[in-house]
Amino acid sequence: MSIALATAMVVGLPLMAAAVAFAHPRRGRMATLGTGLLLLPVLAVLVLENLRTGPWRQDLGGWAAPLGIGWQIDALALTLLVLTTVVALAAAIYRLAERRLVPDSRQRRYFWPLWLFLWGGLNALFLSADLFNLYVILEMVALAAVALIAAAGGPALAAAWRYFLATLLGSTLYLLGVALLYGQYGALDIALLTGRAAEEPVTLAAAVMITLGLLLKGAIFPLHFWLPSAHGRAHAAVSAVLSAVVVTAAFYLLVRLWFGPFAGMLPGLPAQLLGLLGAAAVIWGGVLAMLQRHLKMVIAYSTVSQLGFGLLVFPLATAGALPDQAHAGMLMLLLAHGLAKGSLFLAAGCLAWQWGSDHLRRIGPPMAGGSLLAWIAIALAAASLVGLPPSGGFVAKWWLLESALAARAWPWAAVIVLGTFITAGYLWRILRDPLRLGSDDAAVVPAQGQPLPIPLAMPRAALLLALAAIGSGLFATALRSAFAAGGLAG
Amino acid sequence: MTLYLLLAIALLIIGLHGLFVRAQLMRKILALNVLTTAVFLLLVALAHAAEVLDPVPHAMVLTGIVVTVSTTAVALGLMVRLLEQRGGPANGHHGRDSRDP
Repeated sequence: MSIALATAMVVGLPLMAAAVAFAHPRRGRMATLGTGLLLLPVLAVLVLENLRTGPWRQDLGGWAAPLGIGWQIDALALTLLVLTTVVALAAAIYRLAERRLVPDSRQRRYFWPLWLFLWGGLNALFLSADLFNLYVILEMVALAAVALIAAAGGPALAAAWRYFLATLLGSTLYLLGVALLYGQYGALDIALLTGRAAEEPVTLAAAVMITLGLLLKGAIFPLHFWLPSAHGRAHAAVSAVLSAVVVTAAFYLLVRLWFGPFAGMLPGLPAQLLGLLGAAAVIWGGVLAMLQRHLKMVIAYSTVSQLGFGLLVFPLATAGALPDQAHAGMLMLLLAHGLAKGSLFLAAGCLAWQWGSDHLRRIGPPMAGGSLLAWIAIALAAASLVGLPPSGGFVAKWWLLESALAARAWPWAAVIVLGTFITAGYLWRILRDPLRLGSDDAAVVPAQGQPLPIPLAMPRAALLLALAAIGSGLFATALRSAFAAGGLAG
Repeated sequence: MTLYLLLAIALLIIGLHGLFVRAQLMRKILALNVLTTAVFLLLVALAHAAEVLDPVPHAMVLTGIVVTVSTTAVALGLMVRLLEQRGGPANGHHGRDSRDP
């Protein structure tokens, strides 16, 4: 298989499958699983090529930039492509099993086409090197995500509406920044802009607009207001993909741009400001997660908190000491967080089905029939999220902490340590009420009745992602050298 | 050129004002449309300012219009479902029942 064909398949397969699933709703299941199973070997080919030759570019249709649109394939893009495929596949398996529990409805036939459009959009987003092309993709991802949130009906509609307004405003701000950049430098390609962009007021204005837009889309403090209800009220499978990959995609673009065209302006104030936002997100999101009463809301606020750790890469990478370590830590964080978060949402979905609610005081303990697998998934994913060795979350935070200590950046190191304690705090809360720990608390009532039986594939999908989150830590050394060999484009 | 840039900025402010201050769902959708129009105006003005007329911003605006039509359609669909859910009229007047959730 030629490499150009393989990259084309990464975007083409989900989109073609979406068309098939739309025209033949009965084939939706086959189209989705087929896409996931075909993408895995295709991505394996790309990863092997990346390890062999380092990052490369591919011009679509043979048209080179500035006129044509380019794709860049490097360690950053491939890590996120693999994460997307694994999470989307596991969540699809969960959703397919879950659908045996719900009666058929008209809306159901649109679920898989939307799912596949979201998938294809995300894949295109991680490949594209053209700022305007990225705008169109961002809108495509937003439309599919909004429709998927709204598919849960009820209170999810209002949440979808708020998300839609926030994300549309975000794209418009982003486009405004892109227009300013094009007006100044006459280029849309990220690599070309990296060569041309100078430190001048227009570039700064464009950087501010684009960053604001992406902060809004990535639900980064203080623009995170829309995320908890949108991610908390959607179907569990949808929440898993949204929290694991969709917000990460906005964060990915921030990394791409601030270490690309805007790299000259990053050291100093911008890096410190982005780091401060990250620190505030870690603490504020974590504290709010502790205060939630519903399992899915705890997990949703946890996304706000965990992505804050990622933002620390900006001050740490510019601090001078061990920038590669900070980059590797950020990549590992995106990977481990995505896997663990996907697992937590799927497991929360299982428990919500079994106990009729995801209220922390109505969920029963692990031993009460049938929910053991979901609880194991939660425990493993929580271990990775907190950062217990040898999980992926531990390695990510360790690498970030190492680069902070090497740069003698004590405040950032303190944020990482404090954030870890806060994470442990809200995850303890998830375990405390259902296990009826601290039984002197009179308000804790025993779980009512027996849990409903659910198809085993649902908790197994959650467990698969949790094991991957732990496993990413076991192979940390291999991943570290793969990140180094894969390199960064541009 | 300056005139168009000033117009774009004015539209930008009108759009942001509408989005943040107006409570009705329909007005928020219209405000977002005004906001994107401001960006399109900026792009066309930039194309005009280049020494040789630059076709790329025109292509961007055309694509942007297509994108905006799609997002507006989805926003309207979502709005109708929200209003139906609240038991208010899905069409006709957008008075008190079409407040922001």
